Amino acid sequence: METDVLKRVPVREQEPEVRAANFEEVCLGYNKEEAMAEASRCLKCKNPQCVKGCPVNIDIPGFIKEVEDGNFDEAFHVINKYSALPAVCGRVCPQESQCEAKCIRGVKGDAVSIGKLERFVADTARENGIKPVPAADKKGKKVAVIGSGPAGLTCAGDLAKLGYDVTIFEALHKAGGVLSYGIPEFRLPKSRVVDSEIENVKSLGVKIETNVVIGKAVTIDELLNEEGFDAVFIGSGAGLPRFMGIPGENANGVFSANEYLTRSNLMKAFDEKYDTPISAGKKVAVVGGGNVAMDAARTALRLGADVHIVYRRSEAELPARVEEVHHAKEEGIIFDLLSNPVEILEDENGNVKGMKCIKMELGEPDESGRRSPVEIPGSEFILDVDTVIMSLGTSPNPLISSTTEGLETNRRKCIVAEETDGSTSKAAVYAGGDAVTGAATVILAMGAGKAAAKGIDEFLSK
Amino acid sequence: MFKILKKEYLANNIWLMDIEAPRVAKSCRPGQFVIVKMDEEGERIPLTVCDYDAAKGTVTIVFQIVGASTKRMAEYEEGQSFMDFAGPLGCASELIEMPLEELKKENILFVCGGVGTAPVYPQAKWMKEHGIDVDVIIGARTKDIIILEKEMEKVAANLYIATDDGSYGFKGNGCGQINELVKNQGKKYTRVVAIGPMVMMKFVSLLTKELGIPTIVSMNPIMVDGTGMCGACRLQVGDEIKFACVDGPEFDGHLVDFDQAMRRQGMYKTEEGRAMLRLEEGDTHHGGCGNCN
Repeated sequence: METDVLKRVPVREQEPEVRAANFEEVCLGYNKEEAMAEASRCLKCKNPQCVKGCPVNIDIPGFIKEVEDGNFDEAFHVINKYSALPAVCGRVCPQESQCEAKCIRGVKGDAVSIGKLERFVADTARENGIKPVPAADKKGKKVAVIGSGPAGLTCAGDLAKLGYDVTIFEALHKAGGVLSYGIPEFRLPKSRVVDSEIENVKSLGVKIETNVVIGKAVTIDELLNEEGFDAVFIGSGAGLPRFMGIPGENANGVFSANEYLTRSNLMKAFDEKYDTPISAGKKVAVVGGGNVAMDAARTALRLGADVHIVYRRSEAELPARVEEVHHAKEEGIIFDLLSNPVEILEDENGNVKGMKCIKMELGEPDESGRRSPVEIPGSEFILDVDTVIMSLGTSPNPLISSTTEGLETNRRKCIVAEETDGSTSKAAVYAGGDAVTGAATVILAMGAGKAAAKGIDEFLSK
Repeated sequence: MFKILKKEYLANNIWLMDIEAPRVAKSCRPGQFVIVKMDEEGERIPLTVCDYDAAKGTVTIVFQIVGASTKRMAEYEEGQSFMDFAGPLGCASELIEMPLEELKKENILFVCGGVGTAPVYPQAKWMKEHGIDVDVIIGARTKDIIILEKEMEKVAANLYIATDDGSYGFKGNGCGQINELVKNQGKKYTRVVAIGPMVMMKFVSLLTKELGIPTIVSMNPIMVDGTGMCGACRLQVGDEIKFACVDGPEFDGHLVDFDQAMRRQGMYKTEEGRAMLRLEEGDTHHGGCGNCN
């Protein structure tokens, strides 16, 4: 395969007009030849910057070298030393602002397509039936992990590899956390990718108990004092959806992105065979500009709606990944930027019949460094919609913090944990992921799960 | 899997089941609820707990057939299992969290409507077990659809039955019976707990506000996860938005916006009705509403 070293090997995707009407994965990934060609672009730097950009410090040049040489199984084992979820990360990590942002190739051309290569390695390993190798020596100590999302799975996987006896407790009926309920099928296929990565973690010896609501059915103290666990990791994720507090927000047809996505992803409301309904809407406004907003918008589109994204700042400030924004636009989602809702209009039966918005302009930068939007007086306009999806982030779930004595939370009600080792104010209790940081990314949660696994190992090795 | 150990028909399409769920039974408290998901395709259905036995590891649920999912649920037999059963969820009843000495000074009246009799039972039972006398009203349209009368008789100091058609007990609804007790018989209550259909809780709350009796209601809005994630169960309570699954399910009846809650509860009515019709009529279903295939 001919390659221009300055240009990345393009990745095949479903055509926008085709994929806008199905839930199949958008990105089709590299084949063997494409992957090897892309891998050959890597400079194998002696002091690799990409590794520093990775929250779990994967030996990126190491696995890419194996891909270049066609040793795909070996490439998988290199990644697996650092990450339990490569097929997930290869798909949903914001590589462009992490590993790929630091790639030396990127200085004068396109950065190496690290994410797509990681995905190729994980997918190939799955197709070839390659599994991670369980620990040979057991430590004889038990660790409980609360939540089976990216933080919990990573922490559990790392501890199992070190020989700990790990049980994950999941409140929902299905493992995976946000990977199952939040991120849609077309971005992260459930049975093919998520379930098989979870099976990989289980093949390391990790047990997963679903339907156990920690803080209600069992408390953290009961796990430590009655059920014989030596340490606990809390990776319970983000919690209650935020709303704007504007008039009409409780009208029928206003949903949180969490609800809309959970109905579609976890409860499979888009599939006739499943009982859970979804009021998909014909004209939908999604309020917010993050990855979750893009996911909700593209889900609504696939359920047959005309979709607007309403965001109060400009395109440059959209917190979503560039790739997601690009995909959304290609699929026909309309962006109403510098616009902010002020009221949701209801008909006589309490159903949404429109959304009144106001135009915004950018003022001075705020504490986050982003220029804060200011209303333009008299610029109100009405968006003709029957459904509004609020995607404004979440605030922490109180189930664990309110039932665990001695567990410190901060003023935002997030659990306080050390970044370096996940330790909390309570002995033997560690935490990480959205429960600590508030809504963030899959890979940051994985990084926190990883740090906590190290912290727990040090604690239990004393 | 969570095994059905007992199944019993109560009345009026209302069924009772004992489910084997040791973790839930061990930590259950009156006022809390569970989520049941029958099988892979099923919905997550929130149900208030009717009884629990930590020693046996069982939780008793009572549900009424109101749509396709509950109809399918009623087709499960003893010995079969539900795929998922999670709980206990929500907060325990505010009354049982009160110091016992304080609680003993209260004069409590429970008002049950229809299937809402089931979640009142564990609360009344708890009161009896803790030496607190409570009065209970069971309101129903007619005699044949009253449930759990015998069980309630054993735990209530005074049990009053009210039927709309006068076929049994007092002729009139729950509100009529409250008026009779308070205005005509001079009973003094310091608290009312009303659990039943939203419309019943609304009118009981309006009446008790007039009578000046603090009132607790147990809300049953639409839920998806039931653990504080989706926000579908949000309610306007006073000037705050509350989530029934983590802040409730019990709230101050004088502060709940019932009209909004009832409207929100009806959000999927048409979808649910259509699912029910599809199930009943199968391939012979032709619709006619213009919305079905």
